[in-house]
Amino acid sequence: MNKFWIILSHTYMTRLKTKSFYISTAIILLFIIGMANFQTIVDIFSSDDKDTIAVIDKSDVLFDSLQESVSNSNEDVEIVSVDESEGVIKESVREGIYKALVVLELNEDQVPEATYYSNTITETAVQMVLEQQLQQLKIAMATQAAGIDQATITEIYEPITFQRIALNESAKTDEELNQARGIVYIMLFLLYIAVLMYGTIIATDVATEKSSRVMEILVSSASPVTHMFAKITGIALLGLTQISLFVIVGYTLIQSKQEELTGGIFEYFGIQDTSPTVYIYGIIFFLLGYLLYATLAAMLGSLVSRVEDVQQLITPMTLLVVAAFLIAMFGLSMPESTLVTVTSFIPFFAPMLMFLRIGMLEVPFWEVAISISLLIGTIILLALIGSRVYKGGVLMYGRSSSLKDMKKAIELTKKE
Amino acid sequence: MTLLLNNVTKRFGENIAVNNLSLEIPESEMFGFLGGNGAGKTTTFRMILGLLDRTNGDISWNGETINYDKSHLIGYLPEERGLYPKLKVRDQLIYLGKLRGMSKHEVDSELNNWLERFKVPEYIDKRVEELSKGNQQKIQFISAVIHKPKLLILDEPFSGLDPINVEMLKEAVLELKNQGTSIVFSSHRMEHVEELCEHLCILHNGDQVVQGSLRDIKRSFGKKNLMVHGDFSVDFLQDIPGVLRYKKVADGCELQIEHEDVSQKVFASLQGKGFVRKFDLEEPSLNDIFIEKVGAAYE
Repeated sequence: MNKFWIILSHTYMTRLKTKSFYISTAIILLFIIGMANFQTIVDIFSSDDKDTIAVIDKSDVLFDSLQESVSNSNEDVEIVSVDESEGVIKESVREGIYKALVVLELNEDQVPEATYYSNTITETAVQMVLEQQLQQLKIAMATQAAGIDQATITEIYEPITFQRIALNESAKTDEELNQARGIVYIMLFLLYIAVLMYGTIIATDVATEKSSRVMEILVSSASPVTHMFAKITGIALLGLTQISLFVIVGYTLIQSKQEELTGGIFEYFGIQDTSPTVYIYGIIFFLLGYLLYATLAAMLGSLVSRVEDVQQLITPMTLLVVAAFLIAMFGLSMPESTLVTVTSFIPFFAPMLMFLRIGMLEVPFWEVAISISLLIGTIILLALIGSRVYKGGVLMYGRSSSLKDMKKAIELTKKE
Repeated sequence: MTLLLNNVTKRFGENIAVNNLSLEIPESEMFGFLGGNGAGKTTTFRMILGLLDRTNGDISWNGETINYDKSHLIGYLPEERGLYPKLKVRDQLIYLGKLRGMSKHEVDSELNNWLERFKVPEYIDKRVEELSKGNQQKIQFISAVIHKPKLLILDEPFSGLDPINVEMLKEAVLELKNQGTSIVFSSHRMEHVEELCEHLCILHNGDQVVQGSLRDIKRSFGKKNLMVHGDFSVDFLQDIPGVLRYKKVADGCELQIEHEDVSQKVFASLQGKGFVRKFDLEEPSLNDIFIEKVGAAYE
């Protein structure tokens, strides 16, 4: 067996067998399952009992209309009219018989006013319902007093039609844009998480081998460059295993809940019908983005002597990823801005931003080609520098761990 | 399978780590590499293994350069010990063995033999971090020799071991040598080198200060050690011309003399002084030579 495959399978298998891998996978799977069953979980925890709210209506005209509109709303709230004095009812609220007490009255302008008494006022949902209903009641009363009939009111509140149509024939329609936004969003998130998570794993793995000093034996039996790329590929396969597991579980759950879920969240994320080119570009940019950052991570990992220093040294890389992600988030609503266009050619941002442009706009092929070529060129350059840094870095032990060591590491591989 | 170093120099910037080193290590030979801390031993080993590029000179093994295609023929025990702390001994050696071109099956049978030999068969399923330092070292040694290398580089192989384990490892090293492995061996412990190596060199700050066969080195050194034990005070011996060093011990003294002829003058001066219990002319120890050569270079 080729040494590349030996190192790759070792990296993959040992990581696969670690507890931390099981735990992180389990946590994310639980999260996915939780998300898919969100509605069910909410239903379990919310009791069927309606909160009862006592109402003292000093005006004698408000209660009936309020009760009608509250019961028409979907909230689990029930209001009852009570005749006892405020003091008695407040006591009952304290004892938990009623959720709250609302005192209704009409002021001198014949406008409804309400005071809400409850043990705590932290739970705003019920308060909001009552407030909204009273607000509508006020509008109804005011318009009635002004002699405007109900039909006119409905007409006034009717939402207007606002259609968006792109004149450029190849531009995406409103519907397509929404879908694209969804898929771009998912891809940005995946890349962001993958780079941060697996980049850290690579850097830590290299640093662990260095700090345990097993590295010197490894690089005496296989070339550091083989070692570096086998490691990067091994962790990439690990990532693919994890991600496919999530996708399979997610997909199965979605299939089993198709009726509940069709439309809604799916339509929003545009998974139902997006053109395959977007997916292909998605995969290309994902892989290239991963490779770029993974090479960087391996190089940085080779510079530290202690695992504790990894985090410190990969901070610049993390910041790059975060910056790319933030620009992309901003770009989701303004894909045509100059910032997005320019950064879509800068290799460290391109995987996210060029993909965003492809998803949201009609980008000429040559632009995509330039961006991809620049990206590949940078990866090759980084791999060349990285492998030299790696070769020297793995033999270098010292207290300091800074980017200055990169120069030292390259010098170590020089002939003099 | 001769290892040849020809005028090898390594510079790190301004600093010369190894200067113009030439060596020849034939097959089935154990070569001792001595030197103080920072003398350039590890740098030389790394150059032989190709981990560092040399600035000048040539290194060849059997007429060819050493590269990763030959790594299954080479064994390396680095001075800084390193194994995966969390991996079990067997998994560890299967991985390292595979990288040296062995199959899993071969590793298994060899590993069992070695663990039996080192009397630690129960460690096969233990994680390395659970083992004591000395036992980790045995595992490390096994990882360097499990693939039966033809060229074995041992950087301080016996440090941190108790005398019983040192003997066990020494025996194993000698057996490998007799099976035809060329061994390069570095140590701070002169007695180990004296015992195991026929040829050796001493490095100091990158310069080779002594090189040759152990016997020649001792002979050409000239100075000898003389031990005198007597029932009377032997202090006067230090005044005899040719006595370089005088060290008082419980029963007498140890002298270093310029040449073996001086011993006869010492012998004559002892006549009639009293009862002489011991008069012993010895070859200089490697320790003396090392201190003299390296110490002189320090001054």
